[in-house]
Amino acid sequence: MSGPQAGAGRLPDAYLAAGSSSFADFLGTTAPELLPAHRSLPAGSAADLAPHGTTIVAATFPGGVVMAGDRRATMGNVIAQRDIQKVFPTDEFSCAGIAGTAGLAVEMVRLFQTELEHYEKIEGSTLSVDGKANRLATLIRGNLGMAMQGLAVVPLFAGWDERAGIGRIFSYDVTGGRYEETAFHAVGSGSLFARGSLKKLYREDLDEDGCVTALVQALYDAADDDSATGGPDLARRIFPVVHVITAAGGRRLSEAEVAEVADRVVAGRMQRPDGPAASLS
Amino acid sequence: MSTPFYVSPEQLMKDRADFARKGVTRGRPLVALQYADGVLLASENPSQALHKISELYDRIAFAAVGRYNEFENLRIAGVRLADMRGYAYDRRDVTGQGLAGAYAQTLGTIFSSAGEKPYEVELFVAEIGDEASDDKIFRLTYEGMVADEHGFAVMGGNAESVGRYLKEQYAAGGDLAAAVRVAVAALGQSEGETRVIPADDLEVAVLDRTRVQPRKFRRISTGTLRELLGDRGTETPDGDRPEDGEAAGVSMPSSVDRPEDPTDLVSGGTPPLEDPLTGEPPIAPPPEPGQ
Repeated sequence: MSGPQAGAGRLPDAYLAAGSSSFADFLGTTAPELLPAHRSLPAGSAADLAPHGTTIVAATFPGGVVMAGDRRATMGNVIAQRDIQKVFPTDEFSCAGIAGTAGLAVEMVRLFQTELEHYEKIEGSTLSVDGKANRLATLIRGNLGMAMQGLAVVPLFAGWDERAGIGRIFSYDVTGGRYEETAFHAVGSGSLFARGSLKKLYREDLDEDGCVTALVQALYDAADDDSATGGPDLARRIFPVVHVITAAGGRRLSEAEVAEVADRVVAGRMQRPDGPAASLS
Repeated sequence: MSTPFYVSPEQLMKDRADFARKGVTRGRPLVALQYADGVLLASENPSQALHKISELYDRIAFAAVGRYNEFENLRIAGVRLADMRGYAYDRRDVTGQGLAGAYAQTLGTIFSSAGEKPYEVELFVAEIGDEASDDKIFRLTYEGMVADEHGFAVMGGNAESVGRYLKEQYAAGGDLAAAVRVAVAALGQSEGETRVIPADDLEVAVLDRTRVQPRKFRRISTGTLRELLGDRGTETPDGDRPEDGEAAGVSMPSSVDRPEDPTDLVSGGTPPLEDPLTGEPPIAPPPEPGQ
């Protein structure tokens, strides 16, 4: 921790100065080396240097929003990790799932978590969902230089909007573009297959349990066709991370709860490998 | 050029200490006390928006009395320091002791620096551990002294009466309801009278070990507070205090001259200081009332 010192031992002036309630801004003035955006890379592609996270899916239901992520991280053709966590609570009423360069993405989520908590403590109130989504966009925009060298981070953000009383989902592009999604969305290498699956499975009147099942089905379909997405690992009992947010707050479903859903989905696929059939009309 | 008066260092420090202490004791008292599940902080604070008690980090809380702008400054510095340390290292590496140390250094430097006005504040930094025996309450005074308090601690105005009451009534290891009741009853004590503080005027928060979230700080709402306090008889709100006006951003010059108070804005009947060379008062004395 560096900074101009006004007196021996006392807190540096930057700590006592009136200023922004943003932690990232504070970090930029006192310890810019800790900000992901302030790093410069040598020329060339760095895309194959670090593991990549893959598929994240999210969907809303009346009364909340659910996000789920598979557990695989890949480096080229190698499975770098089988049980990586890619969906994180960012505060009590929001969560973020990450696809792209895992190390940078996890760092960005940590910064974003601190950013939200910092604002809440300093201002004594929480940011609106749109405010949170915009802050995340700013962090991603700062990463553009690295994205152009192959170290892209593309999160999916979901939160409970207390004022409107609905769950909301936001997706991003590497330039920090922020897009609100309706009903459901998916990001990452398996997202095409997951989105196709959700198109057929999603209903607006799903309850929490049904919504979780639809997302686990979608991840199964993504893993079915995308080599970088991991399906339920029955031998090791590794199942997706599922985070549910309602008006009462957010919680990560326990291993046992997700295992129960995943076992049901896998049992169904034993009968019909392509999953539940949607009606033709 | 006139020669400045010689003031001995002892006198200088004593004056600064008197000045700061006066600022601190002018406000209402604040108590911190340990109970079975953590630490309770309580004060009378009619303002709903401007807090005296707040969260610093997962298991660490901040409470202050004195001048609002000064302790708010320190609170924000503490939040920044805690978040910075937690981000650069790990959440577990943020400790109450580290924060108390940083506050002590800052307050101490400001107090002894001739160019700055001493801060008129007193702080508590409370931290809870996994067991009640790991809970800590640090008390920081305006000159940067740190004390480690056990059981309960009081600061601000009427601290003596409140402390005396707690000494008699406080029992270690009580539950939340018992802790709230004894703390609120203690806050109502002042020289020669006992007052029932309205629940609306109380600011109460806890660091609660039993919370499942990693962030253990929780404000107790007025509704919950009423349930915990039960029937206490007729509530008597306190009169206006200078800190209320200050907290609301309104300056309220007291209309009475108090020669012992260096911050009052009325000079009343006390003549202003004479110029040491000419013997003339620097400005004309105010006209006598009624003339």
